[in-house]
Amino acid sequence: MSAAPLCLVPTGFGINCEAETAHAFELAGGRVETPHLSDLAAQPERLASARILAFAGGFSFGDHLGAGRALAMRVRTRLGAALERFVADGGLVIGICNGFQTMVRLGLLPAGHIGEQSVTLAENHHGAFYDGWVTLAFDAASPCVWTRGLERMDVPVRHGEGRLICSPAARARVESEHLAPCRYLDPESGRAAERFPHNPNGSEGGLAGLCDPSGRIFGLMPHPEAFLYAENHPAWRRGGANSPRGLEIFRRGIEAARAGA
Amino acid sequence: MPFRIEVATRPEHEDPRGARVLRQAREHLHLPVDDVRVSSVYKVDWTLDDAQQQRLRDALTDPVIERSTLGALEPPERCHWVITVGFKAGVTDNVGRTARTFVRDLFGDDAPREGDVFTESRYMVSGSALSADDAARLARELLANELIERVQIASAQQARGAAADLTIPRAGTAGEPRAEAVLLPDDDDALLALSAERTLSLSLAELQAIRAHYAREETKARRRALSLPEAPTDVELEALAQTWSEHCKHKIFNAEIQYTDERGETRAVRSLFKTYIVGATERIAERVDWLVSVFHDNAGVVRADDETNLVFKVETHNSPSALDPYGGAMTGIVGVNRDPFGTGRGASLLTNTWGYCLGPPEHSGALPEGLLHPRRIREGVHHGVIDGGNQSGIPYSRGFELFDARFIGKPLVFCGTVGVMPREIAGEPAELKRIELGDHVVMVGGRIGKDGIHGATFSSEALTQTSPAQAVQIGDPITQKKMTDMLLEARDAGLYRTLTDNGAGGLSSSVGEIAQLSGGATIDLARCPLKYDGLMPWEIFLSEAQERMTVAVPDDKLEAFLELAARREVEATAIGRFDDSGDLVVRYGDDVVADLPLSFLHDGCPRMQLEARFEPPAEHRPPALPADHAATLLALLGSDNLCSKERWTRRYDHEVKGLSVVKPLVGVNADVPADATAMRVQHGRDLGVLLAEAIQPRISDVDAGAMGAYVVDLAVRRIVAGGARLGAIAALDNFCWPDPVLSERTPDGPHKLANLVRCCEALAAMTEGLDLPLISGKDSMKNDSTRGGVKISIPPTLLLSVMAWIPDVRRALDLVVPSAEHQLYLLGATDAALGGSELYAYLGAQAQPPARYIAAAPAVDASRTRAVCALLERAHHEAGLVAAAHAPHRGGLALACATLALASGLGLEVDLAAAERLDVGASSGAQPLDDHALLFAESAARLLVAVPRMRAADFEALCERHGDVPARAIGTFTKTPRLRLARGERTLLEHDVGALRAAYTRAAREGGDA
Repeated sequence: MSAAPLCLVPTGFGINCEAETAHAFELAGGRVETPHLSDLAAQPERLASARILAFAGGFSFGDHLGAGRALAMRVRTRLGAALERFVADGGLVIGICNGFQTMVRLGLLPAGHIGEQSVTLAENHHGAFYDGWVTLAFDAASPCVWTRGLERMDVPVRHGEGRLICSPAARARVESEHLAPCRYLDPESGRAAERFPHNPNGSEGGLAGLCDPSGRIFGLMPHPEAFLYAENHPAWRRGGANSPRGLEIFRRGIEAARAGA
Repeated sequence: MPFRIEVATRPEHEDPRGARVLRQAREHLHLPVDDVRVSSVYKVDWTLDDAQQQRLRDALTDPVIERSTLGALEPPERCHWVITVGFKAGVTDNVGRTARTFVRDLFGDDAPREGDVFTESRYMVSGSALSADDAARLARELLANELIERVQIASAQQARGAAADLTIPRAGTAGEPRAEAVLLPDDDDALLALSAERTLSLSLAELQAIRAHYAREETKARRRALSLPEAPTDVELEALAQTWSEHCKHKIFNAEIQYTDERGETRAVRSLFKTYIVGATERIAERVDWLVSVFHDNAGVVRADDETNLVFKVETHNSPSALDPYGGAMTGIVGVNRDPFGTGRGASLLTNTWGYCLGPPEHSGALPEGLLHPRRIREGVHHGVIDGGNQSGIPYSRGFELFDARFIGKPLVFCGTVGVMPREIAGEPAELKRIELGDHVVMVGGRIGKDGIHGATFSSEALTQTSPAQAVQIGDPITQKKMTDMLLEARDAGLYRTLTDNGAGGLSSSVGEIAQLSGGATIDLARCPLKYDGLMPWEIFLSEAQERMTVAVPDDKLEAFLELAARREVEATAIGRFDDSGDLVVRYGDDVVADLPLSFLHDGCPRMQLEARFEPPAEHRPPALPADHAATLLALLGSDNLCSKERWTRRYDHEVKGLSVVKPLVGVNADVPADATAMRVQHGRDLGVLLAEAIQPRISDVDAGAMGAYVVDLAVRRIVAGGARLGAIAALDNFCWPDPVLSERTPDGPHKLANLVRCCEALAAMTEGLDLPLISGKDSMKNDSTRGGVKISIPPTLLLSVMAWIPDVRRALDLVVPSAEHQLYLLGATDAALGGSELYAYLGAQAQPPARYIAAAPAVDASRTRAVCALLERAHHEAGLVAAAHAPHRGGLALACATLALASGLGLEVDLAAAERLDVGASSGAQPLDDHALLFAESAARLLVAVPRMRAADFEALCERHGDVPARAIGTFTKTPRLRLARGERTLLEHDVGALRAAYTRAAREGGDA
């Protein structure tokens, strides 16, 4: 077995899920560092030694200018070149909730490189922040290395801006290239959920996350890092936690990093 | 030249913000609005060239769904009114502040570093039947709070023709900052007039003590040496008024009270706080070994295990929330965050709690002038606390709402925070606060503005029309998050010695307090970073501008500390040094502007002498009780106080950190509140913390002593129902009282004070009887409103918050019964008392005119509470027999059984005849209980326990061995989802669980109009 891959989980400026994201990677077999974004920007070469970069959840800069916008500007101007290199060299990236919003603003998803923004995460249809558990269904045909072999998973969502809207061109590409690894599931119909609460934000087609064509770059609104213990599941005392834990996503990321995916 | 960028969602995309306004305008204000679209305006006061302005515009616009312009967007064709809302000068504009960072990031060195951005919202409102008055009402009652915001209303036509508005709400004045001497008149009336004029809120005795201090020869000599005038400076006088305010000094709780009880017997109580609160906890401290730091620091500290301390504090932020619900409540949560954070050498923040006492949201009667509608206060308070906690990345463990018309004048806004600290930091106990001579006084975090000046004196007064607008602050969670992240890094790197919070009274209070550790300090106000010019020294010293900590930094660590702060983009400024002079000396540049001897500042305030006399209220029972129990149950289930709060609760992030175990909402539909919530304390460990609380102000209508006792009983039952163990529970008391000091405005002060004495007595007796030490608390003693000539006083209210810890969080319990293979047991006796019950409140609200029914409240006795809790504890932790547990409270057994059925998605067949036999209460003698009491009495010391049917015999054998606790099987769970409550053969009420849920969830599940 190869050495534990290094995972970087930058923090600071209102990112606030770094502890559970770091713990998820540790449980999955990774080596984790949580540098402050300013320190990482001052030493961008630290990225080169890492295999995984995680944009954790939070309220970066209060999401005051729209979720993730100010953080994306900070990353673009201070860390953009290093991030481009990291991706070009085959590094894996995951963005969760605010991290996903940030990646979308950077253009990193679904394109796979920093550039023009082609999809957005708009204010939830019902106009409020919402905390609840949803069920995800995974697309077996997606190139996403983070979700390989997963079918369904219960996870919490906690956001006010998660309604995924694609430009028409981006939407066509997402569908044809299977760049939507996970969708909100309506457990009654077995199909992608269109309506609240199974679809917590009104995302078109129930889109919950996106990956790039390489499958190494992945972002999603739900929080798999908040489901590391059986007791996180709302039904744990009733024996209802049959769902795989969110930890499985991090395991797959580490596996892919080990395999040099 | 300032320029302007306006951004809006493109017409083909939905605009949820506009849709929310539309919904509220129609449903709450009944205005004929057809559509609302909202745009964001950035007024940019920055020297940027044309191309840069264009780039900034592009960067602020979402290319997928938004449109924008440099200038003003044209109102859409169907628009009739354009309403623009922006902050008044000097009010915190968080979006504007982030936009400043954004501009700097975007242009780097290609543009000037300095500039400013101000934000506004512009509402494009369509509705052809909407009059100018309607538009004004929409602005005033929904969109803006004119206390802090500017509003412009224009017809669409006017808006189309007008040039883009470029006015900048620039704050500050050019005045020369200097301190002034304030002559203290010899005449007492003139002295009182001076106090009123300066909003000092000092009593005559206090003013006289100050006058005497300045008349002393040694004071005069010391002042001459410092080139200070003989008379106090405004800096000194204001600092004394803040430090001696009721808010900071708790004068009523420390007063000398002559208390006359209901039998006419009089006795003296010297300090309620020392006698009852500290007294009880000191006696309990002889029996428990986990108290680490109680009462003297910003929050209470207990040892949860060999590695970990838990820190807990609950605060209120009532007056500011009445004026600006959003900003006031947000400041409440981010403010209480700094209490555990500023305890000992600093704790990291684990979880938050919320709880509000509010006027009825559907209130349709008249409102005294200047008061906001309870619905608006409710929405603003929720929104502020949600934003404050969610943006800080701290989960909310639990919350509650309680409605009563007497909270229309002042809402009660409780916010709590649990922190976690290691037992030791750098080899020293983490709770230790220590300062060495020569340590620097460093102010960290936000800048100082006029925000919140006089907050402490103001919250010590009734709300009147003239309550100061600047008493309101708006929290800034992101500045605070950056600060707390940085300080925890500094703590772990050993870069500071200790720290404390800047809250009420600002620097005057934080430095004044912490300087006692070394014995003195000198600070220079001219070094403090300001938001804008023109602040006088006393304003800088007293400002309650948020997100600031005062930190003691050793000289050899100062450089590293300031360097780390700069790297984290956190402002930190050394403003002075600690010494042992015995005085707090305040300079402004070269001039000394205040010399405050610490002994006089902290101990010079004369003790209040007060009178308390209890006058038992006359009984007033409802003329008749409703016969249709099934209908009563549905009405109670759907009432504001008891219905599902899911719509509100789910807007609070309760899962961030990934540690949650028993969430605030549980059950098959996850819509029923948990008796207690549970979470891990750290990743990779099973140590768990449980939280619960109780509040029941209606019992105060008969006797606040009974209220206090009941609240302790209920809080303990709930947390034990969540898996806590007696003897490993700590409590916090939050007293919110109407003014209990006899005056012209408060002729019934002695009765209100007597209620306070009785409540404290009961609290002490109950906490001692349950080994439940109080580790921290807070009192808010002036919860009256006298606006519009109408006085509204809250009922005496005690919130008791409890925290427990268990080594293995997987032993936490909730009320969800996993299958129909379970039997329901009732532990404890039912008594007939209905005083203070939901049933009486419901009947009182139905009466014409509305009535307040008064009758004896449930009897409470610590030994009975202890016995039922001990039985549950043994059955669960030692015998493993318990599948679910629930503490019946509001609405009695009927509501409790309905709640179990709703949470479990099961039917429940109950025979209350078994409960009836448990009527051992002395209060009701040998009389059989009537059906109403059986169903709806909220008796203390009762628990419902679900046991697997195959273990029923074991459970019953265990109950036999606990002969002191009445315990009976009262029901069985069924697969058919139907609730039936019977008394022997006779059905009392019967409902499908679906019908119960329909009543319970009448408020929509979706975020809705919030």
